[in-house]
Amino acid sequence: MAKKMLGGTEMEIDEDGFIQEPDKWTNAVAEGLAEEECEIHPMTEDAWKLVNFIRQYYIDYETAPAIRMLCKKCDLKLNYIYEMFPKGPAAGACKVAGLPKPTGCV
Amino acid sequence: MSETPMMDELEKGPWPSFVTQIKRAGESKALMAESSKDLLRQQETAFTEKQGLWKHGGIVGVKGYGGGVIGRYHMRPEDYPGLEHFHTMRINHPCGWFYTTDKLREVCDIWDKHGSGLTNFHGSTGDIIFLGTNTEHLQPIADDLSEKGWDIGSSGSALRTPTGCVGPARCEYACFDTLDFIHDVTNTFQDELHRPPFPYKTKIKASGCCNDCVAAMGRSDTAVIGTWRDELRIDNDAVKEYMDSGMDVQSLVVDNCPTDAIEMVNGKLELVRAEDCTRCMHCINMMPKAVRPGVNKGATILCGAKAPVLHGAVLSTVIIPFMKMEPPYTEFKEYWEKAMDWWDENGKVRERISELIDRVGLDTFLKHMEIKPVPQMVKTPRANPYIFWREEAPPGLDEFKKYIH
Repeated sequence: MAKKMLGGTEMEIDEDGFIQEPDKWTNAVAEGLAEEECEIHPMTEDAWKLVNFIRQYYIDYETAPAIRMLCKKCDLKLNYIYEMFPKGPAAGACKVAGLPKPTGCV
Repeated sequence: MSETPMMDELEKGPWPSFVTQIKRAGESKALMAESSKDLLRQQETAFTEKQGLWKHGGIVGVKGYGGGVIGRYHMRPEDYPGLEHFHTMRINHPCGWFYTTDKLREVCDIWDKHGSGLTNFHGSTGDIIFLGTNTEHLQPIADDLSEKGWDIGSSGSALRTPTGCVGPARCEYACFDTLDFIHDVTNTFQDELHRPPFPYKTKIKASGCCNDCVAAMGRSDTAVIGTWRDELRIDNDAVKEYMDSGMDVQSLVVDNCPTDAIEMVNGKLELVRAEDCTRCMHCINMMPKAVRPGVNKGATILCGAKAPVLHGAVLSTVIIPFMKMEPPYTEFKEYWEKAMDWWDENGKVRERISELIDRVGLDTFLKHMEIKPVPQMVKTPRANPYIFWREEAPPGLDEFKKYIH
């Protein structure tokens, strides 16, 4: 597994850039992930709102929230989320929030 | 001896061989020199070990899109370095799969420039499939495609690339313009197609008639099947021509009508029980010159077909027996958005709409959709999937109670 310096901490990342040790996640790591993996700099207030919600949901339920709930609870439109995180909520926002890679269906 | 004896076996015989194609790609493209050998070697290993060697669930993508690119990573990149990344891309196909040779060359040139050159025309989703490229090539491919007017297809928990049969472009049976409908729906629901918003995948497929050449009834959550509201049109002069040419119309056509709706009366074919005709297309298929669909054409909207994952395979159920299908298809779009909204609100993660309907009952779905139950919705004979007793129902219950006490 590759290693990368993110926000001053050396983190293990997988082939898609998701961190492997969610416990080591900090705000600085999130900013590092946003810049390195998603080309987002700096994180806006709305981006933090989204990332913090995903993070808290993951801590509570050990899974990523459904898109509909995410949009509703954060009061953000899906297209706006794609503007903030061009790779989308899964490959963008979840990655920055330090979640393991979401499983999906092709 | 060859390193891949089992794969070489697949080159024998008069058929096209993907093994030969992969070898040819390796010879003609520098990018594929290593990958093509690794592809065949890893497939040989997979056959020997009886397991696939691709990892499940990579997440890669291009800017602004949540799907359309499927991450493929190999389980043993150290043994197969040419396959460390070997992503798949879906490219939205033109309706009816009509291409000019210029356009075909264009799309293949883009793929040759950035990827393996191996394609699948077409995948079971209907899209063009590009097989095998690296992460760094994804965005340039998307940009090149977009510049030439192509678009990426769909994957993930989204509306999958809508697909329809060839329709009126080549087929006189088509009861509505499937090409225009699919084009319109694809353009209208771009957001749902490219940015997965749902609990799981959902599909729209359209067939111009009940022959259902794209198998919409068997493999789409929303199937739109062409039909007609009035009666079959029968040209008895043409029926006579079929008989004169030696065709046994009685045994091949009349006796095979599943509902006995047609009969030979005094040497003429007649639709004697029009109300029993289920529009199965059999008589039309047997004698296309003599029997035609009616003139009041539209479509039946069905819901809920899917392949087995949570539940077994499911065929779709009729929801709306007849809907006019004319641009801008407002009635269909409103129906679809309302159904998806209900599914999105109530569905669990990875639950298709038919599984949700199974869980909560078709009557709950119909109530939300404000659609009255009709006999066409019955799934199988002697099964009544939608009527459940409710406290407020049935009307006239109080009146009835007066008589039983």
